[in-house]
Amino acid sequence: MSALVGVSDPTDRWRSLDPSDMVQLLTPEGERVEHPDFSWQGDAATLRGLLRDMVLARRFDAEGTALQRHGELGLWPPLLGQEAAQAGAAAALRPNDFVFPSYREHGVALAMGVPVSEMLKLWRGTGQGDWNPQTFRFNLYTLVIGSQTLHATGYAMGLQLDGAEGAAVLAFHGDGASSQGDVNEAYVFAASYHAPVVFFCQNNQWAISEPTHRQTRIPLYQRARGFGFPGIRVDGNDVLAVQAVTEWAMARARRGEGPAFIEAFTYRMGAHTTSDDPTKYRLADEDEHWRGRDPIERVKTYLASIDELDQAWLDDLDAQCEDFGADVRRACHGLEVPDLATAFDRVHAEQTHELRAQKEQYVSWAESFA
Amino acid sequence: MSTLTLGRALNAGLRRALEADPKVLLAGQDIGALGGVFRITEGLQRDFGEDRVIDSPLAESGIIGTAIGLAMRGYRPVCEIQFEGFVFPGFDQIVTQLAKFHFRSNGAIRLPVVVRIPYGGGIGAIEHHSESPESYFVHTPGLKVVTCSHPADAYWMIQQAIASDDPVIFFEPKRRYHEKGEVDEAASPMPLHQARVARLGRDITLLAWGPQVKTCLEVASIAEEEGRSVEVVDLRSLSPIDMVTITDSVKRTKRAIVVHEAHRTLGVGAELAARLGEELFYTMEAPVLRVTGYDTPYPWSRVEEDWLPNADRILDAIDESMGY
Repeated sequence: MSALVGVSDPTDRWRSLDPSDMVQLLTPEGERVEHPDFSWQGDAATLRGLLRDMVLARRFDAEGTALQRHGELGLWPPLLGQEAAQAGAAAALRPNDFVFPSYREHGVALAMGVPVSEMLKLWRGTGQGDWNPQTFRFNLYTLVIGSQTLHATGYAMGLQLDGAEGAAVLAFHGDGASSQGDVNEAYVFAASYHAPVVFFCQNNQWAISEPTHRQTRIPLYQRARGFGFPGIRVDGNDVLAVQAVTEWAMARARRGEGPAFIEAFTYRMGAHTTSDDPTKYRLADEDEHWRGRDPIERVKTYLASIDELDQAWLDDLDAQCEDFGADVRRACHGLEVPDLATAFDRVHAEQTHELRAQKEQYVSWAESFA
Repeated sequence: MSTLTLGRALNAGLRRALEADPKVLLAGQDIGALGGVFRITEGLQRDFGEDRVIDSPLAESGIIGTAIGLAMRGYRPVCEIQFEGFVFPGFDQIVTQLAKFHFRSNGAIRLPVVVRIPYGGGIGAIEHHSESPESYFVHTPGLKVVTCSHPADAYWMIQQAIASDDPVIFFEPKRRYHEKGEVDEAASPMPLHQARVARLGRDITLLAWGPQVKTCLEVASIAEEEGRSVEVVDLRSLSPIDMVTITDSVKRTKRAIVVHEAHRTLGVGAELAARLGEELFYTMEAPVLRVTGYDTPYPWSRVEEDWLPNADRILDAIDESMGY
């Protein structure tokens, strides 16, 4: 018996979900359902497009994990299971919106057009991001948990000051980040200035080994109300519901109606990173439960049930996946290692005498081996 | 030419920066209607509006973190931290985020953010209101760190810091806020990161910055009566350090003492001693000595004058150095 309430205290929210607590438009069984407040407007072709996005994101992720296992990447944080949350959120973006990711949003990055070669640099150890965020409207990954939510809020304040029409910011964070001071400060600033930022929390149930109830004793979306803006929970494995809810939140932000919080209730089906071992802290039946809620399978089931998914299309998708997988591996192997000498020039906009001297010292030492 | 206090000179410099560039914003706690607890931003919100002079929620990390986002959007935020003891809730955003974006993005992201921090002791304050944390920032690659010691520098350096495309930590010697000096608004200022010989001398060089420059100038006057010619160099920039001006001085005097309020161990004085040793080992007649705050937390204010470097301790150090 311990004095503190432990994480093993079984609240098991993933078992006892109240469906009325969560927006859902496509059930895990692939059945299309209606919601009184949210609807998804799109045809079967649009939905096949989302299916394709999710399948390619999953393939990218599988390649990332495999490349790490082959020693080609130092580390990889898998998104397996979160494809709908990311593809659905990305589908809600407009051309002037800007995204601040955490570090697991590979699916969003693909949707924003960030080249896989750029995304792999951080994990391969040949860079620290490197892409120009303005080019892709997608900021560099941020590894310190939650820091990016403040950058997102500041950027949104900038949009307000610019009088930018029809633009808002989408800030990703996870369930663990909800405990960070910076994230709570971001909520305060966003609410106080009425900034056009939407906080998109992928509650994947686990912050490495700690379950969500170590971070919160109420559903995360209910916290938003205390900060003064709406919070909503969506089935994060339902790409239709995620897109519908995110479109609603982004639209109101673009209209100047202030921030919103989305809790995308999902599950990290894999490890936190390739260095993690989830078998040490979670039970197989939990994985089993969530496998039944797979974000991709339910879309396939639904499309098949309305005769909108034929084998030729699936075969073509398979072929695209194989090509894409080969592209990812080629991009990874093709990454060049920048010379350490270039590091000295990257520190400041205006170079300093001291760094110039240290660079010369390094270069002459390195050249002494030539 | 005007006679201004250091505080009013900062106010005038901020005003001129706000006038010169519509992208310049001020953000901080109580900087609007109140004008800041030291009144440095007095009248600026009235004249430039709530969108240019922004009262922030009471959260230092939030102030710095949102300034980063604003800078990404093309703004030039100037953040006010109320006292140096309160910068640490924002320290992570400064060290981990603000300092590194340029490096991580290979220069694609420039963050022209200025963080203004009143620092230093000698004002009889309660705890957390008298410290000198400059070393933490000097030790962080990606930041530039400067500090002014007199009104003309305050007026020009704040404008130069705002114009810099790099993040600048701008330390303000709060003990000197009310001291007056001449400010020539039509002058051409010296470069931001250049040290200044504040007083020429032949026998020994005192290296100081911020609040201790005045103390060292007073010491030089006393020493002159005793027949010693003391040179005083005001570093102005702690990162980068202008070693050209410093070594030029110490080559002539062959002796150097570093004076700073910050704790001794790994203070900027340690860096200066190391660099002078590397560059002028065969020139100097004595080791570089340090007169600094002690390695205790800043003490209760009734004893702070003994804790801070003062004329007596500096004169003793001069005697010691001259004895080699």
